[in-house]
This record gives sequence, structure tokens and C-alpha cells, in this order.
Amino acid sequence: MCLFQCIMNYFPEEVLEHVFDFLTSHRDRNAVSLVCKSWYNVERCSRKKVFIGNCYAVNPELVIARFPRFQSLTLKGKPHFADFNLVPHDWGGYVQPWIEALAKNGISLEELRLKRMVVSDESLELLSKSFPNFKSLTLVSCEGFSTDGLAAIASNCRYLRELDLQENEVDDRKGHWLSCFPDSCTSLVSLNFACLKGEVNAAALERLIARCRNLKSLRLNHAVPLETLQKILVQAPQLNDLGTGSFVNDPYSESYFKLKAVLQKCTSVKSLSGFLDVNPRCLPSIYPICTNLTSLNLSYAPGIQSNDLIKLIVRCKKLERLWILDTIGDKGLEVVAATCKELQELRVFPSDLHGVGNAAVTEEGLVAISAGCPKLNSILYFCQQMTNAALITVAKNCPNFIRFRLCTLNPVIPDAVTNQPLDDGFGAIVQSCKGLKRLSVSGLLTDQVFLYIGMYAEQLEMLSIAFAGDSDKGMLYVLNGCKKLKKLEIRDSPFGNMALLSDVGKYETMRSLWMSSCEVTYGACKTLAEKMPRLNVEVINENEEMEGRPKDKHRVEKMYLYRTLVGARKDAPPFVWTL
Amino acid sequence: MSPPLLGIEGHSQCNVSLMASSASADCISQNVSGLKERNYFGLSDCSSVDSSAVSSVADENKKNLNLKATELRLGLPGSQSPDRDSEFALLSSGKLDEKQLFPLVPSKDGICLLSQKTVVSGNKRGFSDTVDGFSEPKSSIFSDGNWMFNAAGSESVQPKLAGNAGINVMLTNRSSGAQPSIKVEVPAKEPQEANDKMNGSNTNSVPASKAQVVGWPPIRSFRKNTLATTSKNNDEVDGKPGPGALFVKVSMDGAPYLRKVDLRTYSTYKELSSALEKMFSCFTLGQCGPQGAPVREVMSETKLRDLLHGSEYVLTYEDKDGDWMLVGDVPWEMFIGTCKRLKIMKGSDAIGLAPRAVEKSKNRN
Repeated sequence: MCLFQCIMNYFPEEVLEHVFDFLTSHRDRNAVSLVCKSWYNVERCSRKKVFIGNCYAVNPELVIARFPRFQSLTLKGKPHFADFNLVPHDWGGYVQPWIEALAKNGISLEELRLKRMVVSDESLELLSKSFPNFKSLTLVSCEGFSTDGLAAIASNCRYLRELDLQENEVDDRKGHWLSCFPDSCTSLVSLNFACLKGEVNAAALERLIARCRNLKSLRLNHAVPLETLQKILVQAPQLNDLGTGSFVNDPYSESYFKLKAVLQKCTSVKSLSGFLDVNPRCLPSIYPICTNLTSLNLSYAPGIQSNDLIKLIVRCKKLERLWILDTIGDKGLEVVAATCKELQELRVFPSDLHGVGNAAVTEEGLVAISAGCPKLNSILYFCQQMTNAALITVAKNCPNFIRFRLCTLNPVIPDAVTNQPLDDGFGAIVQSCKGLKRLSVSGLLTDQVFLYIGMYAEQLEMLSIAFAGDSDKGMLYVLNGCKKLKKLEIRDSPFGNMALLSDVGKYETMRSLWMSSCEVTYGACKTLAEKMPRLNVEVINENEEMEGRPKDKHRVEKMYLYRTLVGARKDAPPFVWTL
Repeated sequence: MSPPLLGIEGHSQCNVSLMASSASADCISQNVSGLKERNYFGLSDCSSVDSSAVSSVADENKKNLNLKATELRLGLPGSQSPDRDSEFALLSSGKLDEKQLFPLVPSKDGICLLSQKTVVSGNKRGFSDTVDGFSEPKSSIFSDGNWMFNAAGSESVQPKLAGNAGINVMLTNRSSGAQPSIKVEVPAKEPQEANDKMNGSNTNSVPASKAQVVGWPPIRSFRKNTLATTSKNNDEVDGKPGPGALFVKVSMDGAPYLRKVDLRTYSTYKELSSALEKMFSCFTLGQCGPQGAPVREVMSETKLRDLLHGSEYVLTYEDKDGDWMLVGDVPWEMFIGTCKRLKIMKGSDAIGLAPRAVEKSKNRN
């Protein structure tokens, strides 16, 4: 027995557990559990938060067996490209079996975070009734439920602290779900219903806010009028995070004056969002808050023009996170660069989705930002055009990128000045940003860019490819080069069987691979599935007239494969074939 | 002990090597130890690689990442590629010593064969097949506004279409305004679609259908839907025209159908009138003004009033009160604030408008 093991044997488990308590990241805890048997056991019994990146990689029973005492569960369902309508409705990702299993096995769930999953009202009701200590529900990009389900949560979760609904498709039955919070509910710390379309009872909302003295985060939906916002803020000046509802009023009205007054008192607000409906002339009322803001999200406010945006931003010197529309323009981004020296994350979304208008940003805005914001580490940038020179400059200015997502509105546009592919630009990014974990590329791209990515992007975990590459080599460069790759999603690129099958073992080191509109054939998918029993290779068939299965040589339109411990899933719809 | 290796996010690095197949392990060792003559991509092209060619590439590797040898290009025979060294500035770091070039130096013939093969198999590069329709970049260097061509002068056209295996095009030197002749070899699975969507000011002749590519640009549908509704709502906010597009109908007497223009894309009357003139020129061919001048000049701001009497057409608009006014009287900003629709009237019908227009603007002031 080695010295290490001798020492370890004298450590009581409680001490180990205490030490492990300091490990919050699931990766650290996973690493720790591989050291030896006793560490594995101590860790698994003490893990409180479980993160499952693909709900079909395991089943609830396995999770419960390994972690009997967990209290928080994070689950992700559909593949990322489901966000862009590439995954058919009914593909899967149901949370119901999880909630049932947790309830049956006596897990005292306190927190549930779901992303891209199908959540039914029945699930929400079961959730609300099965876990008396339930405190926090976060739903991101989910669907399948209505305000009735929310009413169940409000009614039954006595200690609810957090209800966070982000960008979900909710069937708004215009019921009085908000009124379902009992008078005894005073525990709310965070309430976000910005994605709901319907009205809420303003009086009920005001009363709720008034009795929840610990409320720190409140995001209203656009149906909440400005007058109500003003009354709420009087009750809750301690808010840290505010999402306005409708921000429309007559700037000469009494209620607007009152709003201005109360906003001046909201000195704790650090994060601001909302403004779905906005009268730009009411914006000056938030100027007092701007000085303290670290996070600003105006990406749902096409109603604010560049000039008004600039007037706002020029006051936000402490901004660390900015989400904005491209109505800001390159000029506006230059103002951001000059003002927001603490900026870490920037997202510029397109305002004009039908390609008719002129509002857009170009490479100039990006270069300005990179020059002015030394702390920038995360960017999502939708732009009209891009150049290699700009990307090379950005790479030089900002070597700290962790996430770099560039989306040219024309997916195959070349360098706007030289007409070259954008290979070298992205190559510079991956070479310079040694810590890059997530990358999305766009524009005209050849296999070359993948050569660069394979060579330099050592920490890359997620890569999104669309309309890029020339041949299987491109995909091979990536598969061979990026050792830490976890998620690879490819659409409309000429990668085929040779690339898919060259290194089948690689896929067990990754969470998932998505390929749509590529050159992969049905036969290759079958081969892959045969070779790798611990992968689920799903072929999504949208051709309704097809009878039986395609021939081996037919191209597969959509393929999604992921590693799993539990084999083919049983809830796959008929158009999803697990090979 | 066999801890579950998979399924829970983030299992440690040591498992990676366990799980990797032997094939990839070979690749790793090959990558590190040396390049050349290792064909771990399995492409037959490599077998014909001349080792001397590869070693000369490796020498250059020390100085800068010269990937010309490995780049895949579709070049017309005898065409030259522009010098790319300047773009490699960042890439020429000493770090390159530890990275090995991938030993693929396919012959030119090999490339052509490859490209043709993929062309025949219907390469899924939907966008590249309809080159004409691409958005015109804002860059001022780009006088011609079509990315297919190097606008800077008369150098022979070099289509650096390394990525566009789906195109086999015949290119001509493009003089400004002339339409390029592009022969599209392979019909893409997705037709011209998105191109029309991608460029607002596209005036090229490729007729693009209105269908958009599914899922591009990659924005969550929630965001798309929300923005669509808020843009609509904002137009009615506060009684002022909202930001974003401001579309108004434009009708013309005698034209079989109406058009719509976005008033926000113009900043002066002149711009508006020239745009309208272009739009409706097909209906006014052969018609002239009183002095024999082509009717397009009637539309200009200053001439509007001058040629009022007896001109063929005038531009009028319906304002918020429902009155038909002559375009051009009020400042542009005020105009787009009150304009509900436009109408190109026959001059004879428009005669009655002038006095009212003057009256109204007097009242406003």
C-alpha cells in the first residue's frame, strides 16, 4: 500500500466531505471522484448539484443511484440547432420522466434548471407538489407549458425563491397565475416572466412585490405598463436586476415624473433589460441608473435608435456585459469602445431579419470594440460583412476570448475588401486566443480554416459550422486536432462518410455531434452505430412519403449522435430512427 | 472500481486517452513526431506527393505559415493568386515549430478532379450557386460591389473560390454597371432563396425567390418573433412613426400593381424620387414631359413645382388627415412623419393640389 493511501485511510470521511464542499464546479468534482474508490464514494454522496448536459446520456435512475443526496439538477435536452428550427417539433427532451423518478425516489429537490426541454403543465404541477423544499425553477428555451403550470408552481411551492423564465414559448392562457402566489409567500428573490405574452394582474403584482422584501431580481413582460413599474419600484428600491415592461408613456405626464423620481433612488440596480415597447423620449429617466450598471440588455428594443442608444451608453462606464441590436451601428460601437472599458461580454444581434434595411454593423465596429475594451472575452456578433484584416486585428487586441461567435448575415460572404475566404481571419483568432472554448464561424470558408482550428484551438469545446469547408479534410482537421472538443454542430457543409468514420472513438469523448445537410449517407450512419454501441446515432427523417428506410447510399438530411450509457431512447418519435 | 465514465458532464482528461481508438492514437503520435509521407487522412492524393515538395514546404514553415501549398483553390488555368504574405503576419510566430503541417499537397489536377466530383454530386453549397445575388459590401474600396470580382482594376479575374466547389463559372471582367455573366453548373438543392433576403440594395438581375434559408441567421425563434411584433407595435407608439422600416404603399395611375417603399432608407426627396423613378420606369417608358424631356426628371424636387402645370406625372402623398398633398413642400423629417401613402398622379389630376399644399404648410408654420 502506497504512502498516499496510508494517509488517505486516516482521513475521516467527514473531512474529505468538508474539503470537497469547496469544490463547486462539477468538473472538479468529477475529477476528484476518479482518484480512488473512497474519494469516489465520499464525493458521490455529498454532491449537491448535478449537471447533465444531455438528458439522453443517462437516465434518472442511474443519476439517483450515484448521487442519492443531490438537491439541484440541471438538464439540457434538444440539440443547440433546435433553437434555429432545425430540429422538428416532438423530437424529444421531455422532463416528465425525470420529475416522476425524482419524486418516486425521495430526492429532496430544491432547484431545477432546464434548457431546451419539453415541459408540460402536468410536469410543473407534479414538480410543485412533490418537493416541499423546492426553491428555484429556471426554464430556458423550453416549451410545452402554459400559464396554468406556472399557477401550480406559484400556488404550491411554499418556499419558492426563484422563478426564472427565459425565452420560453409559453401558452399564455391569460389566467391569473401571478395571483396564485399566496399571501404567505414572501420568499421570492428572483422573478422573471419577461417572455410571457399576456397580461398579469397589476394589483396582484404590486402586492407580491411589496411583501417580498428580499426581491433582488425582477423582469417584467411587456404587458406591464409604466405606471405599474413606477409603483413597484417604490416598493422595491433594493432591486439589483430590473427588466422593464412596457416603457411607453407621455414624457410630460405625472406618472413619468414619478418614475423619474423613483428611478433616481434605485441605486442598487446593476443589471437592466426589457424595453420591448419603448418611447425613446422616456429613456432619460434611466440615466441615473446608468452609472452603476454592469449589465445592459437592449437587444429586444428595436424602438431605440442609434443616437438614443449612444446617449445612454455614454453614461454606462462600468458596463461589463452589453447585449444590443445592430441599430447601434459602427459609430455606436465606437462609443461603446470609448466608454465601456470594463466590458467583458458583447452581443450584437441583427435588428432587421428580412435583409431589406440598412441597419447593420460591419468589421469596423468589431475592431473598435477590440481596441477599446481590453477585458473583452466573449462576443456574439451579427454583421453585414467582415474582413481578414479586421479579424487579425481583433485577435491581436483581444487574446483573451473564451467565446467567439461571428455570424455574417450572408453565410458565405468573403472578405469584403480582398474577396478572399475568411480563413486567415479566424485562423488568427484561434491562434491568438489560447483559451478559446467556444467558436462559431461564418462567411466564405475553406478547409484551411479548419486546419487552423485543428492546429491551434486546443481548448475548444464547442464548434459551430455552417456553409463552410470544401471536403472531408476540413472536418478531419477538427476531429484530429481539437482534443477537448465536446460539441460539434455542422450544417450545410460538404463533409461526408470518410470524415465521419475516420475516428469513431472520438465521439465517445464528445457530448454530441450534429450534422445536417452534409454528405453523410445512411449506410455510414449504420456503420458508425454498429461500431460504437455506446453512441446513439439518430437519423431524423422529414420525408413523409418515404416508406421503410433509405438505401445505404442515400444522403441523410439530419443526423444527431451522442454518447450514452443507456442505449436507444424509448421516447423517440417515429421520424427519428436510432440506428 | 469502474466509475461511470460517460454521461456526466466533464469527465476527466484521463478518460480521453482510454476512450480514443487506436486509430486516433496513431494520429496523435504521427502528428507530434513528424510529418510527411504519413497519410493518416487516408486520401489517395497523398500517395503521389513528392517528398521534396513537402520538405521545401516544411522549410518555409519555419518562417511563416506558408499554406499556399496546401490550400485548395479553384483556379482557372494560368491564373495568379494575389500575394498573401501580408495576411500571415500574425501567423508567423515561432510557435509554428511545434506544429506540423498536415502533409497534404494535392496536385492541381487533383484539386480539379476533386472539385468536379463534388460538383457532380450536388455539393450542398446553396449560396454559392447564385453568386450574383450577394450582398454588396459597404466598403468604399469596392466599387463594383460584387464579391466575385476584384474591383481594383483590370487584373485578370481570379476567382478565389476555394470554398465553392459547387460553382463552375465563366467570369468576365466587369465594368461598372454591367451584369456579370455567370453560368451556374449545378442547381443547388436550395434555390436562389436567401440571396434576395441577404442584400437589401441588390439591384442585380438574378431573380431570387422570397424563401429564406431555414435557420439563418441563427437566431432563436423566440427572439425573431418578439422582434417582429415589437417593430410593428413601435410604429404606433406615441403617435410618431417608429424606428425600423417605414413602409408606405406607392401607387401609380395606370400601373397594374402597387409597390412599397421604406421611407427610412432615404434621407432626401431626391433619393426618394430617383428610387421611385427606377421602380416605376417600366411604366413610363416612351412618355415625355412637355419639353420633350424624359418623364423621370419630373420627379425631382425643384422641378416638381416648376413643371406642375402640364407635366405628365407628379408625386403626391396622403397625410395623416387623409388629404392628398404635393410631395416636396415640407422638410423631409416632417414629411416621413406624416406620409401614409404615396401616389404618382397624372399631372392634370394634380393641378388642384398646389394651392392647398401651400395653404396647409402655412397653417403648420
